[in-house]
Amino acid sequence: MRQLTYAQAIREATDLCMEDNPRVYVIGEGVPDPKGIFGTTLGLQSKYGPERVMDMPLSEAAMTGVIIGSALTGWRPILTHQRSDFAVISMNQIVNDAAKWHYMFGGQATVPIVIRMVVGRGWGQGAQHAQSLQAWFAHVPGLKVVMPVTPHDAKGLLIASVEDNNPVVFIEHRWLHQIHGDVPEGMYRVPLGEARIARPGRDLTIAAMSYMTLEALRAAERLSSAGVEAEVIDIRTLKPLDIDLIVDSVRRTGRLIAADTSWRTASMSSEIVARVVEEAFTALKAPPRIVALPDSPSPSSPGLARYYYPRAIDIVRAAGGMLHLSEEIVDEPEDLEPTLLDVPDRSFTGPF
Amino acid sequence: MAADDNADRTQGRLRADGQGASPVTSVKPRPGATSSEPLGAEELKRLYAAMLRIRTVEEWIAEHYPEQEMRCPVHLSIGQEAVAVGVCAGLGRQDHVLSAHRSHAHYLAKGGDLKAFFAELYGRATGCASGKGGSMHLIDLAAGFLGAVPIVGNTIPIAVGAAFSSRLGRDGRVAVVFFGEGTTEAGVYLESLNFAKLWNLPVVFVCENNLYSVYSPIDVRQPQDRDNAAIARGHGVESLTGHGNDVLTTRRLAGYAIQKAREGGGPTFLEFSTYRWREHCGPYYDNDLGYRTEREFQEWKAKDPLRQFEHQLRQDGQIDDAYVARLTAELTAEIDEAVAFAKASPWPGRDLLTAHVYAR
Repeated sequence: MRQLTYAQAIREATDLCMEDNPRVYVIGEGVPDPKGIFGTTLGLQSKYGPERVMDMPLSEAAMTGVIIGSALTGWRPILTHQRSDFAVISMNQIVNDAAKWHYMFGGQATVPIVIRMVVGRGWGQGAQHAQSLQAWFAHVPGLKVVMPVTPHDAKGLLIASVEDNNPVVFIEHRWLHQIHGDVPEGMYRVPLGEARIARPGRDLTIAAMSYMTLEALRAAERLSSAGVEAEVIDIRTLKPLDIDLIVDSVRRTGRLIAADTSWRTASMSSEIVARVVEEAFTALKAPPRIVALPDSPSPSSPGLARYYYPRAIDIVRAAGGMLHLSEEIVDEPEDLEPTLLDVPDRSFTGPF
Repeated sequence: MAADDNADRTQGRLRADGQGASPVTSVKPRPGATSSEPLGAEELKRLYAAMLRIRTVEEWIAEHYPEQEMRCPVHLSIGQEAVAVGVCAGLGRQDHVLSAHRSHAHYLAKGGDLKAFFAELYGRATGCASGKGGSMHLIDLAAGFLGAVPIVGNTIPIAVGAAFSSRLGRDGRVAVVFFGEGTTEAGVYLESLNFAKLWNLPVVFVCENNLYSVYSPIDVRQPQDRDNAAIARGHGVESLTGHGNDVLTTRRLAGYAIQKAREGGGPTFLEFSTYRWREHCGPYYDNDLGYRTEREFQEWKAKDPLRQFEHQLRQDGQIDDAYVARLTAELTAEIDEAVAFAKASPWPGRDLLTAHVYAR
């Protein structure tokens, strides 16, 4: 099948949505600029013109209100933030207006908006360019939250998000934009609220989100060499959460690791563990584990980042503790260690 | 702080006689803004009737609120009716209006349904927001009243967004947002002015300057020389100011701004001086609290937007006792019917609790 990068898949999804529905527009800081939001909006302005593909003032708060007002009056805006940290400026509009408008007016009006935001990591992104805030958004009734991992799902989930009649927070991890994968041509939807088994297994469930799904798959490879078959679940949609798929998996494997791109306290991982314990306590053969960021802001220096971000080996170690695996397996092998741990692979060069 | 000090603190800016030192009261002569056609007799009567209707509804609420059956906060607009009525008189049903916590007058002036209004205050399933909103979340989409929310400033960019839709769709609609002078202290307001002018959007920003945010007078919130009209003008947005208790002024300035917006002339900022008679939230008078003076209140009350206009129309022979009596009787009957409808309506059922969290 045809291969695209994750960024190209997002661009294609946007293009198809705009072609399909003249009420879809894209707005955000730098959307029509030469870099085109990491390539995800390149060429769209020349195809659709300056009234459908637009830059905007550095007014995240007001512009979020603007797209809400525009959505209430018949349009389907896509707003982009080059970092999720910038969306924090607009939390009032997202939480107080977008999330609640449909409910607080008795279901009469809808807010079909997509707010794309990018989680930065590495190359010194630091405390204000690398936050992964899915748990904040997922906490609020009325918002939907998606975090695709594959190019296939990035396209299918973005199309489904644009067509959804609710505000959708669409979170992209910066380390995913360059990955390749099979992407079908044309319009297709990946339904919001459905997780995916990325790798089947019988001994352990790893419920992972966003970039951590790739680390989980690497960990599963490593565990497989020790005879442990881990089932990796790519959660894909954080809200609504497909807890049934996770619980069903844990009923089969008896073990759970939740792998998170964010801090552990009050995290989506905490929620997943809580729900599994509530619903499948007797199926558990070992206490569930969370692999997440320590409760600290992101440091800039690669010297510190190497201790900050959990990787495949941390998932392997968590599994090792549950399954009493040998030291050999949980020792860090050469092939799991990229160079400085602040880039996803050697092809990345700064700045990005 | 002595109450009399308060009087001095606000009087310097704006006086009830409309002749204060503040630029708030100086009407900028603009072509078209000050020299419109005189209004016909029917429209004059409509303006009066609309103000009387809002006044009567809100006084009914004030009288009956202590019965503890309207179980939501109410922010009464009594004393400020001329802004809502004068502005909305320039709008068509298809035009959009948004407001904030003190929105009864705006909702009613835009043609919001009275039965659904009372049912909402009484928390019933037949309310304009199915009982999920209360007085602070009024909506009537059929009337073009897009919504009101009590987070100060939030509806300003939403109104700009509605105007953005009109601009993109070239549908000729105008969006109006009502807000208090306190909102001009919020950053999102300035951001909204900027974007509205950048795209030359058909939006009218209507500031009701009633001098107080809850109990905080304007001079603890804004420096003495702050000029809201100049701030909007600094964004390239045409700014007009006038006495908000004079419905002919509000009608004239808003009519100009609305027409200009409809013709592609872009946004306008209107600031109207006015005064809230009753407490910030609730049915009572609160001059005893000492945050404002009885004297200041009486000066503004003497400039009652409703009675002044009524007096003028009587003098001009447009209306008489019989007209006022007939109108009052009709309004009383309308209110009685709406309240009876509200009280006879069912509570929202349990199934509504989690309905509408997400749209289909």
